[in-house]
Amino acid sequence: MDIIKIEGVSKRYNTHQVLNNLSLTIKKGECFTLLGPSGCGKTVLLRLIAGFEDPDSGTITLNDEVVAMGGGRDTVPPDKRGMGVVFQDYAVWPHMTVFENVAYPLKLAKVNKAEINTRVMEMLALVGMEGLDKRKPSELSGGQQQRVALARALVAKPSVLLLDEPLSNLDANLREEMRFEIKELQQKLGVTVLYVTHDQEIALALADRVAVMDEEGNIVQTGSPLDIFEHPEDPFVFNFMGTANYMAVNYIDNQYKVGIGNQVIPWTTLPEDSSVKWVAGFRPSDVKISRTGEGLTGIINRASFLGPTMYYQIDIDGTSLKTMVETQQAVQENLIFKEGETCKVAFLDLHWFKEEDIEKVVK
Amino acid sequence: MNKSTSSFGVAEVILFLSIAILVIVVAVPILLIIFNAFWVNGEFNITDTINVLKHKETYQALLNSLIIATGTMAGSTIVGTFFAWLVTRTDLPYKKFMKAMFLIPFMLPSFIGALAWKMLLSPNAGFINQFFIDHLGFTGPIFNIYSYHGIMLVEIMYLFPFVFIQVCGALERMDPTLEESARISGAGLLTITRKITIPLVLPSILSGALLVMLYSMAHFGTVAVLGIENGIFNIPTLIYHNIHQSGGSFDSIRTGTVMASVLIVSAACIIWLQRKILGRGNYQIIGGKSFRPMELKLRGLRYPLLIFGVLYIAFTIFLPTAVIFLVGGLKTYGLAFTPENLSLDNYKFILFDYQVTKDAIKNSVLLGLSAAIITMFVGVMISYVLVKMKVRGKGILEFLGMLPFSVPGSVIALGVILAWSGKFGINLYNTVWIILVAYIARYMAFSLKANSAALEQVHDSLVEASRACGATMWQSLKDIVIPLVRPGMFAAFFLIFLPSLRELTVSIMLYAPTTRTIGVAIYTLNEDGDTVVSAALAGIALIIIILGQIFIDRITKKVGE
Repeated sequence: MDIIKIEGVSKRYNTHQVLNNLSLTIKKGECFTLLGPSGCGKTVLLRLIAGFEDPDSGTITLNDEVVAMGGGRDTVPPDKRGMGVVFQDYAVWPHMTVFENVAYPLKLAKVNKAEINTRVMEMLALVGMEGLDKRKPSELSGGQQQRVALARALVAKPSVLLLDEPLSNLDANLREEMRFEIKELQQKLGVTVLYVTHDQEIALALADRVAVMDEEGNIVQTGSPLDIFEHPEDPFVFNFMGTANYMAVNYIDNQYKVGIGNQVIPWTTLPEDSSVKWVAGFRPSDVKISRTGEGLTGIINRASFLGPTMYYQIDIDGTSLKTMVETQQAVQENLIFKEGETCKVAFLDLHWFKEEDIEKVVK
Repeated sequence: MNKSTSSFGVAEVILFLSIAILVIVVAVPILLIIFNAFWVNGEFNITDTINVLKHKETYQALLNSLIIATGTMAGSTIVGTFFAWLVTRTDLPYKKFMKAMFLIPFMLPSFIGALAWKMLLSPNAGFINQFFIDHLGFTGPIFNIYSYHGIMLVEIMYLFPFVFIQVCGALERMDPTLEESARISGAGLLTITRKITIPLVLPSILSGALLVMLYSMAHFGTVAVLGIENGIFNIPTLIYHNIHQSGGSFDSIRTGTVMASVLIVSAACIIWLQRKILGRGNYQIIGGKSFRPMELKLRGLRYPLLIFGVLYIAFTIFLPTAVIFLVGGLKTYGLAFTPENLSLDNYKFILFDYQVTKDAIKNSVLLGLSAAIITMFVGVMISYVLVKMKVRGKGILEFLGMLPFSVPGSVIALGVILAWSGKFGINLYNTVWIILVAYIARYMAFSLKANSAALEQVHDSLVEASRACGATMWQSLKDIVIPLVRPGMFAAFFLIFLPSLRELTVSIMLYAPTTRTIGVAIYTLNEDGDTVVSAALAGIALIIIILGQIFIDRITKKVGE
């Protein structure tokens, strides 16, 4: 069942068209991440859903009720939408204690005192903040403030929890920890989560489904995290999801040849239409190098030892690509190359893109 | 666009109300001044305006305002920059204490200072001059305070903190790595100071200097106390003098509007220039963070410079203050300061027996309280629209909100006379209400500043979080916004209440026999030759101001924790 339905929503600020005719559905109980580069309009979409902004056109439906319609008609204000929101800067009220912060939604809902007390304490225990209920936010660390914000957003049992990059202000270790905790909470409480972020790792780790947004505010692909990473439908998605190598090919004498050289691409899954310029895209992890095996011949341009891995930059007929070999494997299989040595390069997976499309997304 | 259809009306109403208040209180009086200055009998008449300006008296007053302001600005810049450098960038002993001392002149009313200096250095009766003539064999006064030099010196003593504060701030916040990298590149301390430090703090120095200029041009008290004796008038004193002498004749008011227009234009130019200087990109290297700056070792000069600073403070702050209290204790002005001549009788007299001073104290306290409360609440509302609300038409309010910052007190007083003397059906002239209206206009800037700063601290997401928790617009205002801006409101209240207790510039133009304020009473009693009573009242005012200041410091410290 769809809990949030966004249909043809557009939003502009002055002359800047942030969202244009965007549609999206979020299913009940799922953890949905909206992934996109900064400034792409993902936060605007979240604010539209929360009700902090009105769409210029299009409708937003929540639990089968229209909550916003283009032009500001029949808008349900944010306080009547029954959502939990966690902000990037925590937005914990500095003049209230932890308890008062978390109790506030219940107080507004006129829940009786005894019940407020038990529910707040339960919630604080759930986010690992027992015993800190009398503290003021200024006495808490960033991670603790984020937990208070989370508890406050969840205490009134909202049907939807909206999170706007809540982990980006935390340090790397804490971020990882909180990532697991949010996932755990979501499963425990069965709440629908919409999580907005620019961090691919968080998006992949957290989500049941991911929607990737490009810089113009269009959703370019929606799917499971594995789907998005392994089968990008769009050069933007491929490029955005992680470090990418690109290798341009030339069609000469009925054969695809690498870069400016004469080495023939030896694979079977070649693009059919030879009239366009093609570029092969692949991850560093999809490159297999060897001393004498199958594949293209390349020259090691740079070699760096990074501890757990060896990093190589390899030149194949004017195309440069990056790859990593695990140190353990490199030692066992004699893959410690010096700069200037030649090697053989094979690929586990290639994605074919038109050159003009790649030029648009790689800057 | 607005947050929802239901709040659309509310936002519009608040915006309209804010604009209306600023228009009535500030914009209309200013427009009336300009209208009266350039229109005669309903027709635009620039030649007549020029004729007024050509009049020798007017022309001289404009020139005097300029001369005094320029001299005061130059002096304040030198004194302020030097002391700021001394307490931030050297190893002067007791720096913190010295810094606090240099800020004291800020809270002392300069016209009371001028009064003290008149007692000390008037050519014939001044205590210092007399001492030199009687005991050291001088044949004439060593210094005549009734002169351009005298006026400028007294103004410098009370205005230099404007420069001092700005430069201190810039020097403290300047990233020391900027200087350290110059030092590593091989530059000596002098080169660093010349090529790095001075260019970086120059915007702050200039901005402080311009503030002094603005303040001094429109300054009434010092010139009124020290200048009139020798016929030295500046713009505000001449406006007052003309209107006072003629009992509010049309001619005197018209001349006043022309001079006030000159002040308005100058103030606008100065504010514009100051914003331009501060707004330039190169100012941003001075961040908000506090660093530990490089300190110059004064070596042998450490104690001589400390003694110099202490003497400066003793001479400019403690000596005049002491004189006020001592004279306030004398039975008759002119007697020697001996135990049998000194008593608390004058103080008792003005507090309990003398109707004029009792009224003045009551008026000032009531006016100060009402103005502070009204302006505080109105300021919160206007600041809220300016900082937080997204409403169409906010641009007008932004412009109107700038006005109170740039309009000098004497201009406001004149404008208020024009606006509230029955022209629009309401005649408040000669009542206490006209002073209240003028105070609100005069102190609106303080309230807007304090409340805007407090509201800017309240991040939008704090309010949005409460909306998402189920709070309506009013509930989030009540539960989140108001509690968080309360310190700003407190600050605004005291920023208005304390200065209004010693206000002179506005009240002197508006008072009636029963509506004297403390400032007016001190000034008029002194003019009437009632020096000892005037000094005693000034002493009481100083005590109230100092106690109030201590109280504020306590409160702001508590809020800060």
